[in-house]
Amino acid sequence: MRRQIPFALVFIFGIFMVFQYFVPHETSEWAYEFLLDWIIVIGIFALALGIWSLFKVSVEKIKLGKEGAKYSYLTLVGLYLMVAFGFTQQTGGSLGFGYFVWIVLCSACIVALMRLRAVSDSGAKRMWGMVSLVTLVAAVLVAIFDDAWAFFLYTPEGLQNSMFRTFFDYVMMPILATMFSLLAFYIASAAYRAFRARNVLASLLLIAALLVMSRFNPFIPGAEYVAKASNWLMNVPNLAAQRAIVIGIGLGIVATALKVILGIERGYMGKG
Amino acid sequence: MKHKLMIGVLFVLFGMSSLWAQTEPVEADSAVVDSTELYPAPVSHLRATDKPNDHGHAIVVEWETSADDGGGKNNVVLYQVFRSMSFDGPFDSVGTAPAGEGRFEDIGSKDRSSSSFIPDDTDLFYQIDAVTADPAIRTPSDILDPVQSSGQWFNTGRVPVLVAVLIFGLLTGIFVTSAKRGRELYVRPIGGIEAVDDAIGRATEMGRPILYVLGLGTAADVATIASFTILSRVAKRVAEYQTELIVPTYDPIVMSVAQEVVKSSYFDAGRPEDYKEECVFFVTQSQFAYVAAVNGIMLREFPATNVYMGKFYAESLLLAETGSLAGSIQISGTDEIAQIPFFIVACDYTLIGEELYAASAYLGREPKLLGSLKAQDWAKAAVVVLAIVGLVAANFGWLEFPTLFRVID
Repeated sequence: MRRQIPFALVFIFGIFMVFQYFVPHETSEWAYEFLLDWIIVIGIFALALGIWSLFKVSVEKIKLGKEGAKYSYLTLVGLYLMVAFGFTQQTGGSLGFGYFVWIVLCSACIVALMRLRAVSDSGAKRMWGMVSLVTLVAAVLVAIFDDAWAFFLYTPEGLQNSMFRTFFDYVMMPILATMFSLLAFYIASAAYRAFRARNVLASLLLIAALLVMSRFNPFIPGAEYVAKASNWLMNVPNLAAQRAIVIGIGLGIVATALKVILGIERGYMGKG
Repeated sequence: MKHKLMIGVLFVLFGMSSLWAQTEPVEADSAVVDSTELYPAPVSHLRATDKPNDHGHAIVVEWETSADDGGGKNNVVLYQVFRSMSFDGPFDSVGTAPAGEGRFEDIGSKDRSSSSFIPDDTDLFYQIDAVTADPAIRTPSDILDPVQSSGQWFNTGRVPVLVAVLIFGLLTGIFVTSAKRGRELYVRPIGGIEAVDDAIGRATEMGRPILYVLGLGTAADVATIASFTILSRVAKRVAEYQTELIVPTYDPIVMSVAQEVVKSSYFDAGRPEDYKEECVFFVTQSQFAYVAAVNGIMLREFPATNVYMGKFYAESLLLAETGSLAGSIQISGTDEIAQIPFFIVACDYTLIGEELYAASAYLGREPKLLGSLKAQDWAKAAVVVLAIVGLVAANFGWLEFPTLFRVID
C-alpha cells in the first residue's frame, strides 16, 4: 500500500500531463498551472529539509573531527550570516554598533551550540550550554532594544542590507567567477588529452580540431579554405551526429516517461 | 449712441462671419483635393476568425492590403487594428501590422483584470485603418461582422505527435508483452554500464567511497529520473559490498527522492542497518558553489569511483577533470549534447545520450524493461527510414510528405 498509492498518483497525473499537451483549452491550462504551482510549494518545504541536511552533515563532521571539519565551520557561519543579513535591514541612517554586537552574539551562540553537540564531557557540555544560553538571551535583548535596525521577514528589504550586498557582491560572486574561470584551464588540459594522436581515429580528431580552432584565424595560409572546411565539419558531420543523438535522446525520454507512467520503471522509488 | 454701438458691433460680427464664410469653402476645397491625392485606399476582404488550437481569448484578423500599399500612391506605412465590443464603438487600438502584411493576431490576456483581456464567446467587432506616414491621413475599413473567440479541446497542430506517441506506445506494449512471455531479447553490451559493477568492486577493495553525482537537473527531468534508477542499482550493490556511498545533491527535492531511493536499496539488499541518511545530502543551489563542494569531497575523500549521471552543464568538465586528477575511475552519462564531449575526454566510460535511459533496463535485465528498449530500437529504425523517404520526397518536390510531420504550435 505504501508504494501502490504513489504509483497510482504517478499514473493519474502522468496520463493527465500527456493529454494536457494535446488540450489547449483554458481549463486544461489552469489545471496544468495549478499542478506546476505544487512544485514550488514542495520545493519550499524541500529547501527547508535541504538546509537541515546541510546543517546536520556539517555538524556531524565537526563532531567526528573529520578531515576538513574547518570547512564545515565556515559553511555554517556563512549560512548563518547570510540568513541573518538577509532578514535584517537598517531603519535609520546606519546599522549601528548594536547590530554588529547582535551578529557577534548570535555567531557565538551558534558556535556554542555546535560545541555543545560536539563535546561528550558533562562539564564541558554544561559550560557550552551556559554560554549558548547567555549569548542567546543577550542577542534577544539587543534585538529588542536596538532601534537602528529591524527584522524584515516578509518583505525583500533585507536583500538590500549593506552587509548582505557586500558579502554577495564582493565575496560570493568573485568566488563563483573564479570557479567558472577554472574551466578555461581544464578545457586546455582536456584538449591535450583528447587530441593526442595515438591512433588513426585520434589523429583524425586532431586534424578536425585544428581546422575548427583555426576557423577564425585570418593569418594562416589558405584561411578561406580552412574556414570553409571547418564550417563543413561543423555543419555536416558534426550536426548529423548531434541530430542522431538528439533523436535517440528524444525516444529515450518518451520510453522512460511511458515506463514511469505505466509503473514498469520503479527505480525512482528505490524499487529497482 | 447706444444704437450706433449695437449697429457697429453687429456690423463687425457680420463682417467677420462673412469673412469666415468666404475662407471656409477655400479650406474645404483644399481638403477635398488632399483626400483625393493623399488618402490611401482602404483594405478589402476583411475577415476575422477565432485563433485555432489555443486556449481562447485570441482572434486572427486577415485582409487584403490596400491598393496603395506597394502600388498606386504607395503611401501606406502600416495598418492599425481596432477592436470594440459593440458595432457603434468605441474602438480601441489593439496593434499594428507593417505595410505589406495582411494578417494580425489579436492575442489577449485570459486574466479578467488585465487591460488586454478578451472575453470568450462574446461578439467582437474589428476595423482596420490603412495609415500613411502622416498618422492623421488614414482610411478606415468597413466594420467587420461580429466574431467570437473560444478555446479548443484538441490541438490539431499536434496530431503528428499524438500519432507518434500512440505508435511508440503500441510498440512498447507489444515488446513488453512478448518479453514477458519469455522471448529472448538481445541488448548490445554497453561498456559504461558493465563497468559499474567492476567500479564498485574496486572501491570495496580499496576501502574508499563511491561518489554519485546526480547533476543539476530537477526531479522533473527525465535524465534525473533515469539517474535515480541507476542510483538504486548502485546503492544496492554498495549495500551488498558494504562500501561507503556519498551523494551530494544540488536540488533539495532531488535530495529527498535520492534519500528514499538509497534507503530502499539498502532494505532490498537486506542491510537496512547500514544505511546512513547523511550519505545523501544537500549542498547548495548555486552551480559553481556546488562544483567547489563536490571537488572538495573528491580531493579530501579520494573516492575510488565517481559516477556522474543526469543533467550537467558547464560544471561537467570541472567535476570530471578534478575526479581524473584525484585518480578515480569515472563513469558518466548525460543527455546534454554539449557536455558529452567533455565527459568522453575526462571519464573512463561515458553513456551517450539514450544509453543513460537504457542503463536501468540493462542493469536490471527485467523483461518488461528490455521490451521497452526494443521498442526504442524499432522506433529509431522507423525514424531512419522516414528520414530517408523524406529526403527523397523533398528532392523530388513531393512536399506533402514532409508536411505530414509538421507540428504547429
